[in-house]
Formats: sequence, C-alpha cells, structure tokens
Amino acid sequence: MKKNLKLFTAALLSLTAFAGCGQKAATAEGNAIKIGLNYELSGDVATYGQSLAAGIKLALKEINAAGGVLGKQIEIVEVDNKSSSEEAANVSSKLATRDNVVAILGPATSGNVKGALPPAQENKVPLISASATADDVTLDSNGKVREYVFKTCFSDSFQGVTMATFAAKDLDFTKAAILMDNSSDYSKGVANNFRTTFASLGGTVVAEEAYQSKDTDFKTLLTTIKASNPDFLFVPGYYNEVGLIIKQARELGITVPVLGADGYDSPKLLEIAGAEALNSTYYSNHYSSGDTTPEVVTFKEAFKAANGSEPDAFNALGYDLGYFVVDAINRAGSADREKIKDALASTKDFKGITGTLSIDENHNPVKAVTILEVVDGVPTFLKKQDPK
Amino acid sequence: MERIVQQLINGISLGSIYGLVALGYTMVYGIINLINFAHGDILMVGAYIGFALTSIFDFPFLPALLISMLVCGLLGVIIEKVAYKPLRGGSRISALITAIAVSLFLQYGMMYFVGPESRTYKDVLPGTQVKVFGTGAVIDIKSLYIIAITVSLMLLLQFITKKTKVGKSMRALSEDRDAAELMGINVSRTISYTFFMGSALAGAAGVLVGVYYSTINPLMGATPGLKAFVSAVIGGIGIIPGAVFGGFFLGMVETLVSSLGGSLFKDAVAFLILILVLLIKPTGLMGYKNNEKV
Amino acid sequence: MTKLFSKQNLYKTIFVITVYLTVMLMMNSDIIDSYLFLNLVSIGINIILAVSLNLITGFTGQFSLGHAAFMSIGAYTSGILTAKLGLPFIVGIIGAALVAAFAGVLIGGPTLRLKGDYLAIATLGFGEIVRIIGLNWDYAGGAMGLNDIPRYTTWTWLFAMIVITVVVISNFISSYNGRAVISIKEDELASTSMGVNASYYKVLVFSMGAFFAGIAGALYANFFYFIKPDSFGFMKSVDILVIVVLGGLGSIRGSIISAIVLSLISLSLQGIPSLRMVIYAVILFVMMVYKPQKWFGKLKRTIRKEA
Repeated sequence: MKKNLKLFTAALLSLTAFAGCGQKAATAEGNAIKIGLNYELSGDVATYGQSLAAGIKLALKEINAAGGVLGKQIEIVEVDNKSSSEEAANVSSKLATRDNVVAILGPATSGNVKGALPPAQENKVPLISASATADDVTLDSNGKVREYVFKTCFSDSFQGVTMATFAAKDLDFTKAAILMDNSSDYSKGVANNFRTTFASLGGTVVAEEAYQSKDTDFKTLLTTIKASNPDFLFVPGYYNEVGLIIKQARELGITVPVLGADGYDSPKLLEIAGAEALNSTYYSNHYSSGDTTPEVVTFKEAFKAANGSEPDAFNALGYDLGYFVVDAINRAGSADREKIKDALASTKDFKGITGTLSIDENHNPVKAVTILEVVDGVPTFLKKQDPK
Repeated sequence: MERIVQQLINGISLGSIYGLVALGYTMVYGIINLINFAHGDILMVGAYIGFALTSIFDFPFLPALLISMLVCGLLGVIIEKVAYKPLRGGSRISALITAIAVSLFLQYGMMYFVGPESRTYKDVLPGTQVKVFGTGAVIDIKSLYIIAITVSLMLLLQFITKKTKVGKSMRALSEDRDAAELMGINVSRTISYTFFMGSALAGAAGVLVGVYYSTINPLMGATPGLKAFVSAVIGGIGIIPGAVFGGFFLGMVETLVSSLGGSLFKDAVAFLILILVLLIKPTGLMGYKNNEKV
Repeated sequence: MTKLFSKQNLYKTIFVITVYLTVMLMMNSDIIDSYLFLNLVSIGINIILAVSLNLITGFTGQFSLGHAAFMSIGAYTSGILTAKLGLPFIVGIIGAALVAAFAGVLIGGPTLRLKGDYLAIATLGFGEIVRIIGLNWDYAGGAMGLNDIPRYTTWTWLFAMIVITVVVISNFISSYNGRAVISIKEDELASTSMGVNASYYKVLVFSMGAFFAGIAGALYANFFYFIKPDSFGFMKSVDILVIVVLGGLGSIRGSIISAIVLSLISLSLQGIPSLRMVIYAVILFVMMVYKPQKWFGKLKRTIRKEA
C-alpha cells in the first residue's frame, strides 16, 4: 500500500515535471532570428550531417558578420538527430515548438527528412533540405506538394536523364553496366531515371548490380560486370564507395569509362582512388570545385580557413542553403514563418556558389547541371546542361 | 572461365580476412565463453594505429603491423581487466551488455577524437596485380600477403596452444575452469594472455583490412566483427583451424551468392547459415560433440 | 489465488484511471503540446517493448537480441494495412500483433535447443535477416521506407495498449504459467523433469513477447508517419534490452520506470551530440559493473508475494 502510494506520487510528480519543462517559449520578437539545424551529427551518417552543418554555419557566420538579416543577428539552434528518423521527428518538434525557429534546415538523408517533416508541417515551420533527393520528400503519396517542405538539391530524375543523354549522344555509347547503392534512394532514383532514358535513346543495359552503403569489397560484382562487356559503367553512388569501386575496377582490368552523379564531388574521391584510376571518369554536378570564379574561390578559402580542410559537395550545398534561407527571409521582409514559406516558394534566380536556382511548383529546384571530367585527378569543366 | 577463377580468388581473399578476425574471436570465446562484441572495434583501433604510423610517421608495413598488434594486445588486456573481470562470476547477459557497452565506447570514442569521415591508407604494400595462369583473372599481391599472414598466424597459434605451457593453461581453462584452478593454474594471468593474443590478432587484421581496402572509418569494425563470429561458429567455436576454415567458407559462400545476383542478400545468407549451423551442428563443422552432464 | 476485487486491485485501477485522465486533461488544456506528446508516445512504446522483452529474457531467461525485428514486422504490417490498403487502425493493430506473434513462433520453434550466447546470436541474426528483407522489399518501399502512414495513435490508444500489455503479462507471470517459465529460467533440466513442457513455454513466450512488440510497432508506424527498415536494427534491440536489464530482469515495474528514466536521460543528452553515445556507453558500463539498479524490484520478491 505504501509502496503504491509512493509510486503514484512519483508518477504524478514526474508527469508534472515533464510538463513543466515544456513551457512554450514566448513567440518573442527578441533581438535574434533563430534558425534551426536538424542534422545527423552522430550515428552512421554523421559525415554528411556534419559536412552540411559546417557549410551552413560558415554561411550564417559570414552573414552575421555583415550585419545579420533584417537588422538582427542570426541565432543558430543546432540539434543532433543521431542519424535516426524517430529522433529527427523529435528534434523538428522541439525546434518548432520550444526554440521557435523561423525555419528548420536539414536533415541530410531523405529517410530522416521524411521523419522530420510531419512536425514541421503540423507547426507550419518551413523545412529545407539541401541533400534529400527523394521525390516523396516534397510530394506526398497523392502527388500533392507538401506546403512547408523544400529542397535545394537536384531531384534524381534530372541527373539520371542528363548522364544518360550524355553517354548516348556525346560519347556514343550503347552498352551500359549499372552499379547502384541499393540502400540509398538517391542512388536508386538516379539509376532508375538513367535506365529509362538510356533505353529510350537506343542503349541497352547489359548488366545491373547493387551494393549497400558501407560495403568495401566490390570485386565480386565488378567481375560479373566485366564479363558483360559494357561500353561504360554507370555508378550513381557516394564518393566513399565509388572511390573504392573505381579503384577495384581498374585493378580487375576494367578500363572503360565510369559515369556518375553529384555524389562524387569530394576531395576524398581522389584520395581513395588515385589520379590514374580516375581517368575517364565523368560526373554531373552543381558546379566544378576546380571552378575559378571569384565566389567559389573565396568560399573555398574561407572554408579552409575555418575548418582546416578542402570543402566537398556537402559543405558547398550547406553553405548555399545558409544564404538561400536568409535570402528568403530578406524577401519576406519579416520573421513570420508564413511569409518566409511564401518567399521560399517564389525563389527566382537565387545565385549560390553551386549555381543559380529557382524553386518550381513542386518545391524542387530548377538548376543547371555541369558535367565534369576528371583529368589528372582534377574535376574539369566539360559542359553545362540547362534545365529544360 | 576467367570469371569463375576470378570469383574464386575474390572469395578466398575475402575469406582470409574473416578467418583472421575469427581467430581472435574463437580464442577468447573458447576460454571465457564471452562473445566479445568489442573485438571488431579493436580491429578498428588497430586500423587507425596502422594509419597513423604509416601515413603520419611514415613507418613501413611490417613495423607498423607489429606495433599495432602490440598496442591492440595491450588494449585487449586493459579492456578485460576493467570491463570483463568484474563480471566474471555474474550472469551472461550482464557480460554481453558490458561487451556491447565497450564496443559502443570504442566506436564513438574514436569518432569523437578523429571525426566520422573516412581516412585513406598510404600504399605501403605493392599494389600490383598478378595474373593467374593466363586466364585473365588477377589476384592482388595484397591478398597473397593477407592469406600468408593469416595461415602463418594460425599455425603459430596452434603451436602456442598445443606445445607451450601458456597454451596448455588455456586449453585446461576452456575444458574445466575449476579443475584448472585447483591444479594451480593462474586463471587471471591465462585469461590476460588469451586476450592479449586475440586482440593482437584483431589489430593485425585491422591493419591488413586498412591496407587492402585502403579506407577506414570509426564504424568499420561492426560488420567484420559479426561476420567473424559467424565464421568462428561455422568452423567450431574454440577451435583454431576451425576459425580459418569458417572464414574461408563464409567468404566463398558470400562471393557465390553475390555472383549469382543475390548481392543484396549476402548478409542475410550469412546469418541464415549461422542459424542452420547452430541448429544442426552447434559445435561447428569441425567440432566434436560436447554433451551436457547433469 | 488473490481475489479479483482485492484492495490492491482497487488501488491499481484508481491509479491507472487517474493517470489516464490527468494526461487527458493536460493535453486538452495545452499543457502537453505536440512536442511533449511525441516524447510521451516514444516512452509509451518503449514501455511496451521493454515489458514484452522482459517476459522473454527476464522471466524465461531466453536471450533475445532481435526484439526490434518483431516491432519492425508489426510496424510494417500496420503500415501496409492502413496506408496501402486503407483499413482502420484496429485492423492494423490486430494484424500487426498476429503477424508478429507468428514470427515469434518462427523464431522460438527452431531455436528451442539453443541456449545463452548462441540463442542471442541466432536472434541477432534473425533481426538482421528481417531488416535485410525489408531493405529489399520494394512494395513496402525498400530502403526508401514506407511514407505517409495515417496518424491514428492517440493517447487513448497508446495508454490502452500499455495497460493491456502490463495487465496481461503480469497476470501471466503470477499464474501457474508464470511459475513454469521462471522455473525454466532457473534450471531447465530440473523443471522438465518435474513435468514442465519447456518447448511449449519457450515458443509461447516468444510469440507473446512478439505479439506485444508488434503492437508497439503499429503504434509507432501510425504515429511517426514514416518507417524504414534501418530504424529497427540491432541498435534498437540493444536499446530495449538495456532498458530491461537496467530495470531489473524479471521486474515489470522496473521495466516501466527504466523506460521512462532512460528516455529522459537520452533527451537530456540531446545537447551534446558528439559525446552523447560515449556517455551512453559509459552509463551502460557503470550500470552493468557497479549495479546501482539493485533497488529496482527483484524477482525473488515478486515470487514470494504470490506464494
């Protein structure tokens, strides 16, 4: 009896304490504009989450140094979602209700964004991801646009179509071997679109294999692919695995070119595969990291100074995302979430270092793609493809 | 033909790595009946030590390998003393969870110190490919190194367990701990030796994996650890040649499954084999029956 | 045999109804908003998972490292029934529970002969197999997961399921069946020689534990809108096992308290991302080696009460 009473009071107390720590922060005017970062800072995709966060923070730091936005400084609320979609939902909810951010940036992976967006939608907070490429991030299962969710990265369809056209028309190839990352919807999406376009242009897919992210041994798959005698390999994965794939492919005596998408963009690709293996590697990207335009060079130097290493694609995308959201806040003219959402939806010709982009009616970006060829280990500009 | 030979080679290369890691696992399990979840992460630490030595301090391959083995061996002894010894008489489930805790600590501790991104090894072993009998298939010289090292270590281990005093203590301990203690065998010291050797093997495997695949990251130990355990069970847990056999067996099966188009299921197949072995012949394909006495 | 309308049961019922109404009140007056409710749901689901795993591992002594797989099966079943086939939640929950229970039979049956560590690894393997199947099952979304699952989980559903889980399992434990499974844990050889059908009970317990884990999965799927196979991997199974062990194997009350406490600890570590897992590992280690959880209910006490 006594024990039950103790338990009862304990439960009641903990519930009230729990509720108590839930004071809704006043929707303050305050002196700062809060932007929430919902990223994978720990857990198995921490590399991508940390890269994006680093890029965003550099951008917001620069903006603050230049006077902030709407006359106020930006306050960054950065919370880790542990690379878990359940936690990402928790973080979104916290940022939206307790921290009163005007916008949520991230998460990095499509899966975690799908977990994070319901609280954003419920609380009417705009959520923008610079790296979640899945179609159902911005479109629900009925094909309707999710009002508060936006992407600034290529949708899978665009890059797949571009590279298929490039292979068929520019390089005159007819036989492709696809090697995709089955655990990444980005990779699957690009591969799917590539396959359809390539077939429609008269090409054939002579071999198709799949791996899982974090795999390190691809020799078995590559042996099968080699036996099918393709004109080229299409490997729309991320640099960690692709570097190893290209290296092992060359070791096995596969000499045909390798084509891919923006997941290649990182200094690590060269580090892992080596310059010689990377000859005749082509990939689509937002920009060329060997680009000599002043903005890109300034960014690279600033990033190196702040973080001690060369930036990769995720850093660059994060950097642009920072400027992108601030641009929307400026156009909205206020820290009101609704107005910011509208400003985001009507973005036209935003100039970032990864290219110029506009947001279309599906909250996806319309952005030109650049095709790069790796020459002596350096990604070199080959041609530009404007969005249709 | 080339394809078959190449896949065979791929399977053997993969298998030798599993075998090497399985050696350490089987030794520890044979002695104290603990699934050392942290074993795979000791491999990871070994890989990072090798990386630091070769890339930052420019050590050549062999010294880096030996130093890494030494450090990992010591790490293993420390882990045993701090984490497993206090729980020696206790329930198996506590020991298991402690092992998981140590594993997490190593993984995320390393991630905290070196960051989550992957690192690339310097090329310290020749990267040349050797053609096989004019069939067009190639085997990497590094693979040959790994197979050679694995087999030699296995023979060394067999020698130690069968011919040396330490080895005898280890075998006695795994047969009947109480009797061994009564016969004057220093249980703690023997266990420490075992952990030292097992962890040194893991460290060696770590350096070899780093050299072979050239990239390392803090979470790289989890999968090899699990696969190594499966290999050890397949061959017969506690049996040294069994570990290497199990490793090759698993490597070949995985390669076979992948080459038949089931590459996405290869991990599932590995576990399926594990469950089948446990059900049909739990003492392993090379093991002998051990009945429970009432 | 304790009476149904004993004083103890009366107090328990009052307690349960009070908790339910209090939270209901707090939700309606906005003291508990969507953020707090989200955390409440997470905790509630963990309670169901912990109690159901405790039945298998704590009371019957069957090491299970694959409990998250049952949750996964339940989540996907309910997700498919409600999102893809448009059926109401009750169908989703019942379907989830039944399919998961069936999976429990599938894993309990073949592994009857396995003990201790071997059983643990076999269940771990089972969990991985389920996860890999999920990653490759395109109808259910594969690696991209199942999205836009309708939100049906409310406080009422959640609380009702927690109560049902706790009541059913508690009653099972305090009955003859409960003593049978505890005897299997204590000394299987002795209990079989006393006439206890160990095989029957082991399979029964696995499928019961899986049944409730499936329900937890359904609640999860129909609250978070989105599920993917990797959410239910080895780490999730470990998380649940940790809750059970810290609360005390064989203590239902311990599991409930431990689920709440650990969730709050995890929440408080949200601010230190890089060290969070390291701290978690250290806490785990300290709890295992230095056992501060001794003051959570012990198994012996619960047995003695039923004498």
